Amino acid sequence: MTTISKVRYSRRSLLKAGGAAVAAAALPAPMVWGQETKNITLRQFGTGVSNLNEVATKVKEDLGFTLEMTALDSDSVTQRAATQPDSFDIADIEYWICKKIWPTGNLQAMDTSKIANYDKIVGTFRSGKLTPDSVIAQGTAPHTVGFTTGANGTGFVQEESGWMTLIPTIYNADTLGIRPDLIGRPIKNWSELLNPEFKGKASILDISSIGIMDMAMVVESMGEYTYPDKGNMTKEEIDMTLGIFTEAKKNGQFRAFWKSFDESVNLMASGEVVIQSMWSPAITAVKSRGIPCVYQPLEEGYRSWGGGLGLSASLSGMELEAAYEYINWYLSGWVGGLLMRQGYYSAVPETSKAFMSENEWGFWFEGKEATDVITSPFDAPLAKAGEVRDGGSFYDRMGAVACWNAVMDENQYMVRKWNEFIAA
Amino acid sequence: MRKLPESVTAWLLAAPMAIVLALFLVAPIVMIVAVSFWGATEWSIYPAFQFDNYAFLLTSEVTWRVFFNTIKYAFITWVFTLGIGFTVAYFLAFHVRSQTWQIALFLLCTIPFWTSNIIRMISWIPFLGRNGLANAALISAGVIDAPLEWLLFSDFSVILAFVHLYTLFMVVPIFNTMMRIDKSLIEAAVDAGAKGRQVLRYVIIPLTKPGIMIGTIFVVALVMGDFITVRFMSGSQSANVGRMIQNDIALLAYPSAAATAVVLLATVLMIIGALLRFVDIRKEL
Repeated sequence: MTTISKVRYSRRSLLKAGGAAVAAAALPAPMVWGQETKNITLRQFGTGVSNLNEVATKVKEDLGFTLEMTALDSDSVTQRAATQPDSFDIADIEYWICKKIWPTGNLQAMDTSKIANYDKIVGTFRSGKLTPDSVIAQGTAPHTVGFTTGANGTGFVQEESGWMTLIPTIYNADTLGIRPDLIGRPIKNWSELLNPEFKGKASILDISSIGIMDMAMVVESMGEYTYPDKGNMTKEEIDMTLGIFTEAKKNGQFRAFWKSFDESVNLMASGEVVIQSMWSPAITAVKSRGIPCVYQPLEEGYRSWGGGLGLSASLSGMELEAAYEYINWYLSGWVGGLLMRQGYYSAVPETSKAFMSENEWGFWFEGKEATDVITSPFDAPLAKAGEVRDGGSFYDRMGAVACWNAVMDENQYMVRKWNEFIAA
Repeated sequence: MRKLPESVTAWLLAAPMAIVLALFLVAPIVMIVAVSFWGATEWSIYPAFQFDNYAFLLTSEVTWRVFFNTIKYAFITWVFTLGIGFTVAYFLAFHVRSQTWQIALFLLCTIPFWTSNIIRMISWIPFLGRNGLANAALISAGVIDAPLEWLLFSDFSVILAFVHLYTLFMVVPIFNTMMRIDKSLIEAAVDAGAKGRQVLRYVIIPLTKPGIMIGTIFVVALVMGDFITVRFMSGSQSANVGRMIQNDIALLAYPSAAATAVVLLATVLMIIGALLRFVDIRKEL
């Protein structure tokens, strides 16, 4: 049975938080001597994943100022960051969005010498290499759009310049989600998405910049073509990729396409779909209904994404100081623990360790068997003792990244072709 | 006190409405038309006067297919809403004798509209799904062996949702005009020897035309402008013009979205213009 998802707590509680924040702003507490920071309000917006009510509450508690949060889908986030620079102080965006937004000049570079834990940020976001001998994956890898020339830099530089465009906060490795009970055999490759065995029971997400990467993984896995760079296709490559999928669509391979988190959960939970592109919390949501669902590690590797915090160009003075304070607090571990206990990764994992139990750290980060029940920060049970995380440890998962979500040079062409695919 | 000339009074009286319409109807449309000639990069739009957006739109085979699809949805939905709407209105107006019952039954029709139209639409999804109520019932009744796949995420489910959502927009105006048909006309027709079918054909239908036309305009405009029903009920697998515009907006391609909107507006105006040639609504009201 499909029902409207019950796991919308983050969005809903967020609305409440938003309302409370508005009320707080409209009815400021009486001025307290020497505590000007209490009256500072920072407006943050971003995609729902890390925009959690708990963060705003904790900020108020630890730092004293008010954090107002708005959650939007990635298209709206891009739109707002590009067109309404004065409507936010902090943008919580993904790296591929940053590639689009940075040239508008709506964000300002951040001085890494003011970031206390800068040296502890994982290599992926600095040199691009998780470990010294990692191979850099294709696509918009975070370090390629992570640094700029200086305080007023408008372009990207490929080395650690001391000026960051986004401070990395959250990232993960994505793969296909499957219903093991309805498939009944091991799934090992991306090509299974187009396997006629799953005709009318497959789905892919209808967000072009992410969907095209999933498609590229499938095309390579089928042995149809090997891309020089999946993250930057030529027009011919785009035509070929979407051609293969259009044919599959016409043959009835897909049950539906999804755009929002809830849709993907419902498609999977109701059994309309047995294999599809999915995000990790969606798997959790399906599982929490008692329905078996696996975030299947595949031989070709993961499609990864990363997000970070960017500062609005109009931030200055005390607000700017508060924003730096907030970012330093963000990396100091509490938020990292909150995110890692939901299956994401923190940019500075070692600081999060203090905020997780040994069992949680072992399960989520080290890929060990759970020694006890694993619950989400919202108290939903996610795994029983003895279970292991799909895909294993941090280094197993983030070390097997094949590509990053990307914006291509031929993006506009790709988007037009994508629309044709949807209309086909 | 000197009285203002009559023409000035008339202008003044018309002014508030004219200003409201100018600000909230004419100005936005002018703006959309203007922006449709602008250019766009990935993150910005810039003023220009170029025909690129229209050129791309009108020469793309996809546009034609999507417009055809939109008109197809509108036409099929219109046929069904008209059939059901007319029948319901006819029943209420001519078969239900007591006015109390008429009002009670009419209100009954509106009850589903107390919930949001998104909810009404989405509630079809669990009903029509592969493991949904409809398939479960058909299988247990022995009518089918395997679940019917085309019940959900298909043109069938899109049109079903449209008909469900918009039939009332047909019922209300038709019921309204039927109620105002002078009953003595029907008696006269019967006295003159007309059979039930002939009364319907030569008396009721002609006199109900304005209501049918108003209902038609509602349904056509609503279906042609929709994007959310098509997205959810087709599982994003079909496209109509509204979805094309939505995609463009999501990707910051405002000029291209504006151009599509202008073409859609022109199409709808042409359809409604053609409809109004059949019936002069103002004369008949």
